[in-house]
Amino acid sequence: MPAPAQRRIIFQHIDEPGYTNDLACYVKHGGYEIMKKAFQRPPAELVDEVKKSGLRGRGGAGFPCGVKWGLLDKKSGKPIYLVVNADESEPGTFKDRYIMHQDPHQLIEGIMITCFANNVKQAYIYIRGEFPHGARILEKAIAEARAANFCGPNVLGSSYGCEIYVHRGAGAYICGEETGLIESLEGKRPYPRIKPPYFPAVLGLYQCPTIVNNVETLCHVKHIAAMGGAEFAKIGTPNNTGTRILCVSGHVQKPGYYEFEVGKITMGELLNDVCGGPLPGRKFKAVIPGGSSAKVLKFGERFKGKRKVGAEMVDYDWAVEDVPMDFDCLGMIGTMGGSGGVIVMDDSVNMVEALANINAFYAHESCGQCTPCREGSLWMKKISSRMVHGAARPEDGQLLKSVADQIAGRTICAFGEACAWPTQSYVAKFGDEFKGYADAKKTAKPGGVTDLI
Amino acid sequence: MNLKPATLSQIDEVITHYPTKRSATLPLLHLIQEEVGFISNEAIEWVAAKLGLQPINVYEVVTFYPMFRQKPIGRRHIKVCRTLSCALLGGYKTCATFEQEFHTHAGEVSPDGEVTVEFVECLASCGTAPVVMIDDELHEKVDAAKAKQLSDQIKAEAQARK
Ligand SMILES: Cc1cc2nc3c(=O)[nH]c(=O)nc-3n(C[C@H](O)[C@H](O)[C@H](O)COP(=O)(O)O)c2cc1C
Ligand code: SF4
Ligand code: FES
Repeated sequence: MPAPAQRRIIFQHIDEPGYTNDLACYVKHGGYEIMKKAFQRPPAELVDEVKKSGLRGRGGAGFPCGVKWGLLDKKSGKPIYLVVNADESEPGTFKDRYIMHQDPHQLIEGIMITCFANNVKQAYIYIRGEFPHGARILEKAIAEARAANFCGPNVLGSSYGCEIYVHRGAGAYICGEETGLIESLEGKRPYPRIKPPYFPAVLGLYQCPTIVNNVETLCHVKHIAAMGGAEFAKIGTPNNTGTRILCVSGHVQKPGYYEFEVGKITMGELLNDVCGGPLPGRKFKAVIPGGSSAKVLKFGERFKGKRKVGAEMVDYDWAVEDVPMDFDCLGMIGTMGGSGGVIVMDDSVNMVEALANINAFYAHESCGQCTPCREGSLWMKKISSRMVHGAARPEDGQLLKSVADQIAGRTICAFGEACAWPTQSYVAKFGDEFKGYADAKKTAKPGGVTDLI
Repeated sequence: MNLKPATLSQIDEVITHYPTKRSATLPLLHLIQEEVGFISNEAIEWVAAKLGLQPINVYEVVTFYPMFRQKPIGRRHIKVCRTLSCALLGGYKTCATFEQEFHTHAGEVSPDGEVTVEFVECLASCGTAPVVMIDDELHEKVDAAKAKQLSDQIKAEAQARK
């Protein structure tokens, strides 16, 4: 069976010849019409549509968007803020980049519908510092939209006003974590806040109720407003509604971004049919399904259990290739859909070296507030780098695991889990490679193998 | 601080974006670094005074975020992505090529002052790995051969200036 076709909703105009990122082009393609209709409706109805849609956040955690909006403290009397998470910093993820560079007005329309629905009068787009052009494009697009009364004071001639400002980060991954991001917006080090009590919906930016949503999530809001929540919920699979952009990188013939109905495509279809399979003469060895933090999957392993399909419980027995790419199925097999970043490794890769690469990332990016994370990420980096560049011992895998096991669950933010999961899963699934690394190093590497650390 | 009038007016404008002045710390540091090239102690004190903060409040921000630097760098800034997707397709070789071409080491200014080569973490363009940013421009699929080509281009531009 060939892979299902892409369904491009968010990426409809990405890479379309002649499509430009200015207001005129956007309006020519029907831009801001959905917002105009949405503004005719009571805000609570729009929130309901998003609840009905089942939309789950595309930033990493997959939290239902409508539920998040429902948690907003609307009685505090304080202003409500929207913060757009455009930090796009999870390794393997590259989707928000294209939305912001090529179709910024789609994001602005989604933001404005969200703001109107939640009585937000001030939105900030927190964009990673390494997107200088993206920041300029967004600023220009906001100015265009403001001049046309699509944002700013008196939106569409009404008494409702909402400003959008772009705020640039400065190269720190932890700014992607929503409370770290809020601290950063307040002009401080991006030290994540402890929850409770600092749930953004109650005590967010400037201690006011705040919505934090990913760029792609907010673009979906526009399309939910257009088609209605019930219609949106028919796309994808139950509890995994809509489309999502999968970013494939690493060892495949055709890396890139592909938009599919959630759960309608399997890992095997994605990698073999859509991405053209492994590089010539190679075999797939491992894949990280949802950004570098997600637990790795090993080609050849099988996953068995029972799952709910409709009203029935059915048995499943999957190879990696059979797993549907949705939040629930990936969660069921012990990993996660995360940010949609799929990183593929073929049989030229030694998993000790791949882990050493990732551990260096986490050691560099830990904010340092929690001892288990700060020290643990550093030691995992030191141990795995030493295995590659110094002496490797058969017991190093277990040592790595013992460090990782002492981080998760003992930290302020989910970075603790994010940095422990790679080590835990690599050692669990490729333990022999860790045991035998000292010997593997002695034999000359086959040609074309690249350094990873 | 001797900032250009244009920068000063951008600074005054950006402060109005926030209900508290402190929020403008990152924007101000970006604007100053874009004009001056780095963040000096004088700049830290200036930003603190401008925003009604203690210098330590600004200093701790400058020292945390990788993009802010306290020393000048080479004329061109070459940032090579180090993270997994790029490394899988030869990012380390790309970085080594730039180092060789400019007789320098990652993190240092080249002897001729022309470039600073640096390893950075994922640049969110993993599908076109390995990627490199030179100043504000992203370059995609930069294998060793393309790194050599980009280096030649930078050298030619440097030569033309002399
Ligand atoms: C360490 C860490 C890094 C994160 N990085 C990002 C990021 O770069 N972009 C993003 O949208 N969400 C990121 N998140 C998730 C956010 O904390 C938050 O859940 C998300 O922005 C919520 O938006 P959503 O519900 O629309 O997905 C990160 C989370 C953690 C723990
Ligand atoms: S878990 Fe790590 S990144 Fe998160 S707050 Fe603690 S030290 Fe910082
Ligand atoms: S790993 Fe290099 S851009 Fe993401």
